[in-house]
Amino acid sequence: MATVVMTSLDSKSRAASRGMSDIKIRNLFIIPTILFLIVFNIFPLIYSLGYSFTDFRASTNAPAAFVGLQNYRELLNDPFIWANFAITAKYVIVSVTGQVVVGFGTAMLLNREIPFKGLITTLLLLPMMLSMAVVGLFWKLLYDPSFGIINYALGLGSFEWLANPDMALYAVAITDIWMWSPFVMLLSLAGLSAVPRHLYEAAAIDRAGPFYTFFRITLPLVAPILMIAIIFRTMEAFKTFDLAYILTSQPTTEVISIRLYKMAFQEWQTGRSCALAYIVLIMVLAITNIYVKYLNRVKER
Amino acid sequence: MRKSVAGLLAGISFMFASGTSAQSQELTIFWAEWDPANYLQELVNEYEAETGVKVTVETTPWADFQTKAFTEFNAKGSAYDMVVGDSQWIGAASEAGHYVDLTEFFNKHKLNEVMAPATVKYYSEYPANSGKYWSIPAEGDAVGWSYRKDWFEDPKEMEAFKAKYGYDLAPPKDWKQLRDIAEFFHRPDQKRYGIAIYTDNSYDGLVMGVENAIFSFGGELGDYSTYKVDGIINSEQNVKALETYRELYGFTPPGWAKAFFVENNQAITENLAAMSMNYFAFFPALVNEASNPNAKVTGFFANPAGPNGDQYAALGGQGISIVSYSENKEEAMKFLEWFIKDETQKRWAELGGYTASAKVLESEEFQNATPYNKAFYETMFKVKDFWATPEYAELLIQMNQRIYPYVTAGQGTAKEALDALAKDWNATFKKYGRQ
Repeated sequence: MATVVMTSLDSKSRAASRGMSDIKIRNLFIIPTILFLIVFNIFPLIYSLGYSFTDFRASTNAPAAFVGLQNYRELLNDPFIWANFAITAKYVIVSVTGQVVVGFGTAMLLNREIPFKGLITTLLLLPMMLSMAVVGLFWKLLYDPSFGIINYALGLGSFEWLANPDMALYAVAITDIWMWSPFVMLLSLAGLSAVPRHLYEAAAIDRAGPFYTFFRITLPLVAPILMIAIIFRTMEAFKTFDLAYILTSQPTTEVISIRLYKMAFQEWQTGRSCALAYIVLIMVLAITNIYVKYLNRVKER
Repeated sequence: MRKSVAGLLAGISFMFASGTSAQSQELTIFWAEWDPANYLQELVNEYEAETGVKVTVETTPWADFQTKAFTEFNAKGSAYDMVVGDSQWIGAASEAGHYVDLTEFFNKHKLNEVMAPATVKYYSEYPANSGKYWSIPAEGDAVGWSYRKDWFEDPKEMEAFKAKYGYDLAPPKDWKQLRDIAEFFHRPDQKRYGIAIYTDNSYDGLVMGVENAIFSFGGELGDYSTYKVDGIINSEQNVKALETYRELYGFTPPGWAKAFFVENNQAITENLAAMSMNYFAFFPALVNEASNPNAKVTGFFANPAGPNGDQYAALGGQGISIVSYSENKEEAMKFLEWFIKDETQKRWAELGGYTASAKVLESEEFQNATPYNKAFYETMFKVKDFWATPEYAELLIQMNQRIYPYVTAGQGTAKEALDALAKDWNATFKKYGRQ
């Protein structure tokens, strides 16, 4: 099948003159990638699954003893772990909702003829191009209660964004929204510009109101591509580490990946942290699957 | 094709060969990124001048010092010949065989007489009272306090203070006075605050801060030889100590919920607080006018006594150990022989390092060298430390989880937090078969 689809090698090319067939060239390109994936992704994945059933600690020389499902059982009974999951869920919902609202809104604003449209779009994309750690350090300064510009601009006095346990998670989410809304905007913009103009013209002739046009024409047609943006952002938000770790150390912002990091690299409970990583992986897979099913249904419509 | 592979292999093997031959005259010491590491680099440059052995001090930020060191140990890597490791690592590193046993070296040079007793006990010996030693005390350190002399000595403030509290305004003698002074100077409307304390819960910041209160209130974290914690970590003194710490948090500058050594020095340099808790190792920056505009008016005092007169401070600091996987262990031993010499220790103190050598600490010369050396000398003979068992990191995280919400957000009571902690610790010790 693959060979049928493939274009054959130009007989005058240098590769052909060296006696290489197109299959050989295909293999040359693909095999290193597959090897790389096996060595650095698939193998550790399977290996760590084995460790998740042991009490292995990488910091000692003691051999790993098989403990069955004990790690999973204890983790799922640990109230702190459940608190971490609840925090993560809250963070994902707040952050992704914020990004979709802000990103899609900006895309709607930009989806018209305005001067310097290209320049504005490019500038809006800047936050997404920065490193997470740098964004975290900058926003820590912006949020500072004594000299931060946010309190100064909003006239909030010395409001404690990051030290207040109820506010800290929202503060991290706001930073994440600032950083990743452009990503949603970019995808939405692509979806919006693909909506056929004649649909709007027909709607205008039928005297459809702006809300009706938005909910019956714009949103359904942009939905598939918006769903893709949401899937990506949900997966990323679920795995958030850098921003939350750098900005604050409140227990109310200890998302699951921070707990996982502490368990694996501060406590060196290697076996147990492998189990936790698998629980997180299964959750991300499940959530993504639900989205993908929904995405397919949206596409069928 | 075959020819090029052979060439490549030859190249790689040549690289390895030349790598090892160059290493025999080189030693690498791993430490955290802070001023004392720079002083150590200056010290070892003198070793190179004497012996021709090049010693490099490699550093990494504090936040990932532990992670990076143990990742290297666990991989049995030979990147570092020696490490200046935190005192609480010693159980984990010695039981896992990451550190070379230095007992013989220790006894040969009678280091338990040469070095201050507390440093030997906490930096070098594991398990407690076993007579087995794993490191040489290198950088002695403990928590002390800095304060604003100009605020304390302002006649108007002194008069107002005496009228309000009935005694003279001076560096606090006990924790009650510490609290009173913090309250007195806490004036949010003037953007001046009472006190800066440790609150960072990502490693041992908050725990060290609370330890200062617990130990001085006459409390303990547990029995380090029997692993008993019930009635010790949640004792009445400890509850009172934790309540006092929570009260002090009310007099800190706004947003003081992730504060460690950087923030606490800023509290003095940025005119935020009247008093600030910090390790002695960070005080050189406070007497330097380039890094502290208030250098001339910054004073220092030792951790004050508790209600019953007990006076202890939380131990910082590190010992230097030889990594078992080093390829230059003999060379490293020779370096340690040089490091423990009296002249070297004296030079180390002159450069800004905190020697643990009892002789140097006791000398007039050392005590008068800086405004804080005397407080340091007094403190180093009354320090206590956290658990050093291999599972200390779990104990540390559990303590952070239990006390942080109480100290910074007032959730629950001190008694509830410490009772819960005792339960966590018991479960952990049971898991590792310690009890």
